[in-house]
Amino acid sequence: MSEGAVREIVVLLPTHLRTLARTGRTVTLRVHEPVTRCALLDALEAAYPMLGGTIRDRKTGKRRDFIRFFACEQDLSLEPDDARLPEAVVSGSEPFMVVGAMAGG
Amino acid sequence: MSTVRVLVGTRKGAFILTSDAARQHWHVDGPHFAGWEIYHLKGSAVDPNRIYASQSTGWFGQIVQRSDDGGKTWEPVGNTFEYAGEVGTHLWYDGTQHPWGFKRIWRLEPSLTERDTVYAGAEDAALFRSTDAGKTWQELPGLRAAKGSLWQPGAGGMCLHTIVLDPVHPGRLYVAISAGGAFRSDDHGETWRPINKGLISPYELPDADADVGHCVHSIALHPRHPDTLFMQKHWDVMRSDDGGGRWHEISGDLPTDFGFPIAVHAHEPETVYVIPIKSDTEHYPPEGKLRVYRSRSGGNTWEALTNGLPQENCYVNVLRTALSVDTLPSCGIYFGTTGGQVYGSADSGDHWQAIVRDLPAVVSVEAQVLP
Repeated sequence: MSEGAVREIVVLLPTHLRTLARTGRTVTLRVHEPVTRCALLDALEAAYPMLGGTIRDRKTGKRRDFIRFFACEQDLSLEPDDARLPEAVVSGSEPFMVVGAMAGG
Repeated sequence: MSTVRVLVGTRKGAFILTSDAARQHWHVDGPHFAGWEIYHLKGSAVDPNRIYASQSTGWFGQIVQRSDDGGKTWEPVGNTFEYAGEVGTHLWYDGTQHPWGFKRIWRLEPSLTERDTVYAGAEDAALFRSTDAGKTWQELPGLRAAKGSLWQPGAGGMCLHTIVLDPVHPGRLYVAISAGGAFRSDDHGETWRPINKGLISPYELPDADADVGHCVHSIALHPRHPDTLFMQKHWDVMRSDDGGGRWHEISGDLPTDFGFPIAVHAHEPETVYVIPIKSDTEHYPPEGKLRVYRSRSGGNTWEALTNGLPQENCYVNVLRTALSVDTLPSCGIYFGTTGGQVYGSADSGDHWQAIVRDLPAVVSVEAQVLP
């Protein structure tokens, strides 16, 4: 990891957030190392301000209850905000997925 | 020739219904915000093409959208609703105190005079105001100072669902909260007082005539008689002739006095509409007959309006914000049901037609007349 280097991260958004942000299925964001979830969501909300508050609480930064974060076939939802994302995400070979939790029923 | 626009919020999106003044043939546009719950849409009286929409889901939270072209295009505006100062606590279901927490916006009420001012009613109950067309929101915390620690959520949450702006007395506005009661401000929302004298809730409150805590479902007034308020309470239809100073019951000969919405005719201040629902545990019309009740005497004496409405096997509900009138010379009246029908009448309720039948469950209906 090179401190301060810029990475291009692919983020996959759920349908409702794509519509709200008027994007396609994925967006590509430039994020400085270290690439953490917090840094990635900061970049996402800076690029798409209308997504503020829809994934995490604006004030506390806490993930909304029915939002999950998946990558590399793992659920990263409970990982610390400041943990570096998996190398495959950081290198751009795997997307970081923002997912609405299953409704059930 | 005038155009009528009916803004419909549903559990799965918003729809905009338009017609000429005859109101016989309608164009249905939507869904807007497909898949999202739309608790309320409302157009500005100052600029009818400016419309606000409250959009939310349990997954992604609250969004407020604004259109400046009559609903053709929309832009998300501010969705930061922070309670002012110390958050404080209110009564919880188990009788303990519980911190206020924002969940959603139930009601959006544009100012009658200021183009960029709009009020928002929140769950947990609080009143917010924006003076920049929805970009930023500030709480009016004087409302929660009106015994807010004694307010308690009902089964549907603790929501500020009704905002009534007085068109005559400067600075006067009313709100209603489930289950906090009705409140009035005479200084543009800075300070508030409960206006619940005369309300009796023996099955909902240990102190039946408590100062606060009543489950008020909706309030309406006629702009020419703003001191007269009509209320549909959880049970009981009520009236006040002194701006909420004192209420008296006008349920009269209604088949049941439980219900959610209430409305006043656009040109007849003593003509009132309610839609009775069987009970608080059976949220559908009595006898499976969908009937709007109209009083032309300001209450107590009611007539059933049934022409064009289903009179058998109808078990839908009509929610508190889902009844509205237009201001054309022959007053139009509209309501939406949890079964997805929107009914309209172009003759004050004498005859009805289903404008659309198969929408998602309807949460709100607001009519506008465009020149």
